[in-house]
Amino acid sequence: MSTVTSVRPPTGRTTELVLLLFAVGIVVLAYINVDVAVTGEVPPDLLVHGLGLLGVALAFHLVLRWRASYADPLLLPIATLLNGLGLVMIHRIDLGEGRDLTSGVAGRQLLWTALAVAIAAAALILVRDHRLLRRYTFLAMATGLVLLLLPMLPIIGQEQFGSRLWIAIGPFSMQPGELAKIALAIFFAGYLVSTRDALSLVGKRVLFLQLPRGRDLGPILAAWLISLLILVGQRDLGSSLLFFGLFVAMLYIATERVSWIVIGLTLFLGGALLAWQLFSHVQVRVNLWLDPFSPDASSDQVARGLMGMAHGGMAGTGLGQGYPFETYLANSDYIIASFGEELGLVGVFSIILLYALLVERGLRTAIGAREGFGKLLAAGLSFAIALQCFVVIGGITRVIPLTGLTTPFMSAGGSSLLANWVILALLLRISDHARRPAPDGTERPRRRATATTTAPATATGGDR
Amino acid sequence: MSELTLNAIRLGLLVLLWAFVFSVAGALRADLYGTRVVSRTSRPGESRRSGSRRRRGPTHLTVVAGSMRGTSVPLSEGGLLIGRNPECSLVLSDDFASGRHLRILPGEDGAWYAEDLGSTNGTYVDNQRILRPTRLGPGSQVRIGQTVLELQR
Repeated sequence: MSTVTSVRPPTGRTTELVLLLFAVGIVVLAYINVDVAVTGEVPPDLLVHGLGLLGVALAFHLVLRWRASYADPLLLPIATLLNGLGLVMIHRIDLGEGRDLTSGVAGRQLLWTALAVAIAAAALILVRDHRLLRRYTFLAMATGLVLLLLPMLPIIGQEQFGSRLWIAIGPFSMQPGELAKIALAIFFAGYLVSTRDALSLVGKRVLFLQLPRGRDLGPILAAWLISLLILVGQRDLGSSLLFFGLFVAMLYIATERVSWIVIGLTLFLGGALLAWQLFSHVQVRVNLWLDPFSPDASSDQVARGLMGMAHGGMAGTGLGQGYPFETYLANSDYIIASFGEELGLVGVFSIILLYALLVERGLRTAIGAREGFGKLLAAGLSFAIALQCFVVIGGITRVIPLTGLTTPFMSAGGSSLLANWVILALLLRISDHARRPAPDGTERPRRRATATTTAPATATGGDR
Repeated sequence: MSELTLNAIRLGLLVLLWAFVFSVAGALRADLYGTRVVSRTSRPGESRRSGSRRRRGPTHLTVVAGSMRGTSVPLSEGGLLIGRNPECSLVLSDDFASGRHLRILPGEDGAWYAEDLGSTNGTYVDNQRILRPTRLGPGSQVRIGQTVLELQR
């Protein structure tokens, strides 16, 4: 791992503010578009939603100015725009299904946004230095595993849509797997930063691959087994894939050995074949992927999504003028298909690019980070976002079999939103640390040490 | 509202979405096209005043052996702090390095000096443990635990 140094960066907070206002402006325009198309008049509750989003975004911006002034200026505007577009589409589906603001999902989603941003800001203020998290490496592992396995408990675990992913306590239900992602990324980063030498340097060389020792295979086999266990216990392909993919990617980033990717992919293919043979629900998903229009398909969700996107075509029907609510889960798992119908290929591509830019900023943060833990954590978290987008959007567009995962920042649902905003807060914290000029850099001229200086204390006093 | 207004809003929205994408891309163009490289050769009038003595000298400190081999950091007039602490300019992942281990400083004579900051396991320049700031000649090797550093151009 090496450090990339560049010229001292400007903090970029003004850029962030301008882009933030731009993002909120786009969301307000989209919101007006929906209501004008559906009801023919400018929405009366425009003020609630527009000002709500603006207030939330500005509050987070101010927290950044206060506590992380060197943080990456592009992460927050991109996340705000994605979140805002999600709100607009949820509101649009509400209208399509005959709900108004008070009974609809959009109002609740706005509340969740405010709550998620508040928690993310609290995380940013509390975690003054992300390296503190390294102390809780194994606590993070335990938390992550407990969160992952929580839905399998008898009373609080709940099954919806054939997957056991939710827990319900009283009136609240949530998907703990989303938060497990963060805990596990912290664990992987902490674990790999201390073991990467053993994992990358020791081992036999076979052809052009450096194979690890047998005993070093333990962790990857454990990760594989746990992800299979999730698949069996919760019948959820998505989290299982995300969990295993995250581990293999972080292993590769930590060790720079291609052999880990080869081993990971082999294990994945083996696991996938095994799952396909053993579990009927995996076969159902694969069949739906291969032939969604078959007359005896078990679900027409994929087919409806594809029809919707085809209806949208290149430039889309326009917000409020299509029929995205004809698809199940049009405002959560299938929100990208809804955008495909109403904004068209042009709009969906801009959304995918926004995700790509978000991930790029995360990876850039990882490159800039000056120590191993932050590097791995930033890379792992951004990879998790990228993989999740690939799995969801790939599933909807029939590139891979559909698995239930939420679209980061957009899908209706509090747990996902909360988890993604916390991920954003961590990325901002690491990027603040990475972009802040080095304390013993060249920012102020210092008295030159002479060749005769002997006492270390006088020479080192200046860089505190 | 008329069909025309609606279409204008619809297309305007797509245009704005792409404008946003491009303005974000514009803001990060430093990443896309690499950081700006400032030429080291200064204008003729200024060049005699400072730095000219060291212009031909080494500009980088490179790790030539150890787990971080290949890492290189630019030398700076303010000096470089080397050690295991994350705030160091060069953070070593070497069990034998102290938190704040070594400092590389420019001397009055234009050469670079290595100064041990009271480290536990010591710093060796050309296999001699150093007790005072030691001048680094061309090809001098600075060893900290398993890590060997060298000044390079």
